[in-house]
Amino acid sequence: MIEQLDQMQQAALAELGSINTLEALRAWRQRYLGKQSPLGEISKGMGKLSAAERPAMGQRINAVKQLLEQAFAACETELQTAAQAAELARDQVDVTMPGRPVQSGRLHPITQVLREIEAAFAQMGFGVWESPEVESDEYNFELLNIPANHPSRDMWDTFYVQTPQGADQVVLRTHTSPGQLHAMRYFAPGPTRVILPGKCYRYEAVDATHDMQFYQVEGIAVGDNITMADLKGTLAQFAEQVLGTVKIRFRPSYFPFTEPSVEVDVSCTFCQGSGCRMCKHTGWLEILGAGMIHPTVLRNAGYDPEKMSGFAFGLGPGRVLQLKYGVSESRLFFTGNVRFLEQF
Amino acid sequence: MRVPLSWLKEYVDLPVSPEALAQQLTLAGLEVEAIDYVGVAAPSDSPWAPDLTSPEPPEFIPWDPERILVGELLEVKQHPNADRLTIPVVGYGDGRSIEVVTGAPNIRPGMQGDKVVLALGGARLIDGHAATRQWITLKPSKLRGVRSEGMVCSELELGLSEEHEGILMLPPDAPVGMPLRDYLGDIVFDIALTTNLSRALSIVGVAREVAAITGGQLHLPTPHAHATGPSIEGRVTTAIETPELCSRMTLGLIEGIQVGPSPIWMQRRLLLAGMRPISNVVDVSNYVMLEWGQPTHAFDADRVTDQHLIVRLAEEGERLLTLDKQERILSHERLLIADRRGALSVAGVMGGYESEVSSTTTRVLLEAASWNPITIRKTAQALRLPSEASRRFERGVDPELPPLVQQRCLQLMQQVAGGTVAQGIVDVYPQPFVPPVLDLTATEVERLLGVQLSPQAIAACLDRLGFTTMITGSSVHVHVPSYRLDVTIPADLVEEVARIYGYHNVPETRLRAELPVQYTDTMLAGEGVVKDILAASGLYEVISYSLTNTQAVEAWEGRAIDATDYLHLANPLTTERSILRRSIAPELLQIAAADLNQRPTIRLFETGRVFEPNPPELLPKELRRLVIVLAGPRAQAAWLGPDTDLLDFFDLKGIIENLLARLRIEGVEWTRVEDSRFHPGRSARLKAHQGDPSQPLGICGELHPDTRNRIGFTVGRVCLAGLDLDALLALRQPVHFQPLHNQPAVFQDLAVIAPVEVEAARIQQVIATHAGPLLESILLFDQYSGAPIPPGQRSLAFRLTFRAADRTLSDSDVNKIRERIAQRLSSELGATVRGEA
Ligand SMILES: [Zn+2]
Repeated sequence: MIEQLDQMQQAALAELGSINTLEALRAWRQRYLGKQSPLGEISKGMGKLSAAERPAMGQRINAVKQLLEQAFAACETELQTAAQAAELARDQVDVTMPGRPVQSGRLHPITQVLREIEAAFAQMGFGVWESPEVESDEYNFELLNIPANHPSRDMWDTFYVQTPQGADQVVLRTHTSPGQLHAMRYFAPGPTRVILPGKCYRYEAVDATHDMQFYQVEGIAVGDNITMADLKGTLAQFAEQVLGTVKIRFRPSYFPFTEPSVEVDVSCTFCQGSGCRMCKHTGWLEILGAGMIHPTVLRNAGYDPEKMSGFAFGLGPGRVLQLKYGVSESRLFFTGNVRFLEQF
Repeated sequence: MRVPLSWLKEYVDLPVSPEALAQQLTLAGLEVEAIDYVGVAAPSDSPWAPDLTSPEPPEFIPWDPERILVGELLEVKQHPNADRLTIPVVGYGDGRSIEVVTGAPNIRPGMQGDKVVLALGGARLIDGHAATRQWITLKPSKLRGVRSEGMVCSELELGLSEEHEGILMLPPDAPVGMPLRDYLGDIVFDIALTTNLSRALSIVGVAREVAAITGGQLHLPTPHAHATGPSIEGRVTTAIETPELCSRMTLGLIEGIQVGPSPIWMQRRLLLAGMRPISNVVDVSNYVMLEWGQPTHAFDADRVTDQHLIVRLAEEGERLLTLDKQERILSHERLLIADRRGALSVAGVMGGYESEVSSTTTRVLLEAASWNPITIRKTAQALRLPSEASRRFERGVDPELPPLVQQRCLQLMQQVAGGTVAQGIVDVYPQPFVPPVLDLTATEVERLLGVQLSPQAIAACLDRLGFTTMITGSSVHVHVPSYRLDVTIPADLVEEVARIYGYHNVPETRLRAELPVQYTDTMLAGEGVVKDILAASGLYEVISYSLTNTQAVEAWEGRAIDATDYLHLANPLTTERSILRRSIAPELLQIAAADLNQRPTIRLFETGRVFEPNPPELLPKELRRLVIVLAGPRAQAAWLGPDTDLLDFFDLKGIIENLLARLRIEGVEWTRVEDSRFHPGRSARLKAHQGDPSQPLGICGELHPDTRNRIGFTVGRVCLAGLDLDALLALRQPVHFQPLHNQPAVFQDLAVIAPVEVEAARIQQVIATHAGPLLESILLFDQYSGAPIPPGQRSLAFRLTFRAADRTLSDSDVNKIRERIAQRLSSELGATVRGEA
């Protein structure tokens, strides 16, 4: 019997060595370990053995069984691994082929940069306001200390709107500054601190860097003891947040609604101030106009200029895009050209 | 303002280099935009150094001091082989001379002693014979058999002007052999002046600023004409009818002059400052205006009837031939200088042709006056005659200047045109200037600048600028000089202090003032949210022009528009942008059509304001709108085998449904709409259940083929939605949290067979109404028609999800609901549910 057992074990193992499919493996198992298998036959023959022989024989049979079961499991694992590997190999792709396209939209660069500007000023306590795009001459000019027939009117090339009342009373706002009045009149005599982003218009032929439409962000802060030094600190923080680490510089300038007035430069974002073509070798780039709100404007807004002071500034998101990303052609902003839009 | 350095130096010492001065002027508010180096080499580190390596020469070129010199014609010989050529022998000092060949018509045989510009071999000049502006380096050469060792130069060749008719003749006293650079070279500052800087519209004014900024010594002489003629008193008179418009009138007289060209030094300075030389008398007037800032006008005294000038307003319709030979018909507002017979000039703006100084003039009546700035500005604008004079008058001219410039003009006229100056001047000055007085406290300076300065420091800043100051305690008492009429309030003085103190010395501080109560503009914030949702839906944001035109609107509308519905510009730049949009669609569609030439598919949106006239209100309504445009294949043809069908109504509807869901707007009804701009079967109007039911939320659909053609689309489908963003944002609901129940959901699929005319929304509504409170959601997931569904009918498959908060639903719960729904569908819509009898 033992011989029989040894022969069977040898035959089974030999056969297993040539099996290479899971089906054949299962058939093998049926053949050698199933009920009809030689091992089963041998087990049945146990009855013929003496009681003394039985335990040893039983152990022997179990050992063979266990051995074959282990061989089966090992072979099964091996075949499964091979099958999985073959399956994975079949599923292989050329990873250099392009990916499945995603339909992703995007915001206009002006919207993107406005959000950066708004966030920078929000951190300094500025709320965001809107005011009309079509304004009265009174708000766009008169209340801002720009009387009719004053040479300073030449600073704004203005689109006028026909009205039944005439063609000199309604304008497309030339700047966001009329928003100063709307905001201050809301808050006066209390403090004001807002920015007002929006579309503005000017009577100017379109070329690479000029456009009849543009965006501006007005900023104003009115309160007790607000100074030029505060303006400088506020704009320095804005410049650092939005343009990265840059220095700012004030130059005296003129706006009828601020006194003193300044032009604000930032150190050149392209050459870090060492001088290049972009900054005309000066190391500085003009970014915005600002100043202390003129007493007449404060009075027009309902403040006592002896008690309250404030600053105002007007900056162009288009200019920020130019300084940040070198966008040199502002006329692309409103063309909706996808080749422009998809760069941002 | 263009300021030649040589002129400036007559009035102020310069302790710094021109480049450093430019920097300091810029930081003091006089922005130097450029420095022109005329004949002079620029320092290599100057930001304004011209590019001499470019093939095209810059506007001004440097003159080689070794090779471009003042020369003297020793002799001029006729060229032996050419009638039109001559051979000047040009001396250039120390007994040196060369022979050159020239074709200049103003060099003739026999000339001797004239001073010219001589260029020697190797000199780099502008090629006078080339068609385009280009460099030439001079080489000795043979011209028709005669060797030319150099060249006598024209203005063009020296980069001085376009003049190339003849060569440049220098004055007789030009020092022979001197490098031209040292004789005619100059540096010109080009300064951009803001409107308030009228004081710097003169060399003297700039000199004052330079002195204040750099500390350089100012030299301001009091000009004095050598008057030897009979007194002007009684010989010339004037009457001012409108003293409110003419606060001062002065007259001077010079007789026996000879009109001719002005000397070269004067012409050079006028040209460098940007004015054209005309004649010695006119040039003096312009020269003095540039020098002191006060315009004057020279009349031919013999053309002034009775030697009596009247300042008055024009008669309505009065005519005057101005010196540009244009007949002007004047309104009553125009201020004139006239004589007894009629108008002589438009005051402060332009002289008259008749009384103009001409070549035969011998007596000049010189007028220097103070005019009201507003009347000058109105006149210059009305007559479209902006001039150097009107520019100065409308910004304000120092009222103390007229007698001074009389002296300066008469002095120079006598110098350049001869003649005898009458003694004295006429000066009518009813209300002499009284210097304004302002008090500036140290507290005010600190309140506005955030810098603590002592009264002494404040006064020191102002003193440098010519203000007269007196310190009383912490306050500075300031007398404003007549040339600083721009200073009227203490804040103006604060600016002056800041300019001299220097903004770079102002610290950067953080706002400490109280913050106002802030609130969020929910509409503006909402517009931002909508943009984000749409961008996340795969759309590109566009910002188009708010200005459009009738044609673009009509291409969209498909009918003539009513002009009164639109706001029109009174002064459009182009007809293309002449009206304000009432809808974003026309411009966005134009953009979409253009973009489709660059990309097969476009998905665009724009939010923004549209404008509606709102009479009797002066200002229009500004309404917030949203427009979406889709067109082209849903995806690009790609190796992954994508969906390349054209984007259609349901792509657009999906985007809008998602937007509505994200804004939590429920109960929006989509109804078929008849609108000629849209495909009749593939367009819908959106209405909200809440709010004003007469006000639709907007329209959404595929464009009618005719609309596509009018706009110029070639793609098969173009989808557009126009939505009222104000209304949408107003309908937004806050998040309403629903607890999550752990009870399992039960699903029921319902295939509803109904006539095709019965809209899906109607079926869904019946289902939703009768499904009861256990219905969690409903989804239409399939549509089918064809056998075995009877013709004219279709099957719509809905998946219903039921869930109870407190228990697991049984089949019998759901079956009861299903039966109820089936009955209702049958009774209300004549529909059957498959699997239900
Ligand atoms: Zn740079």
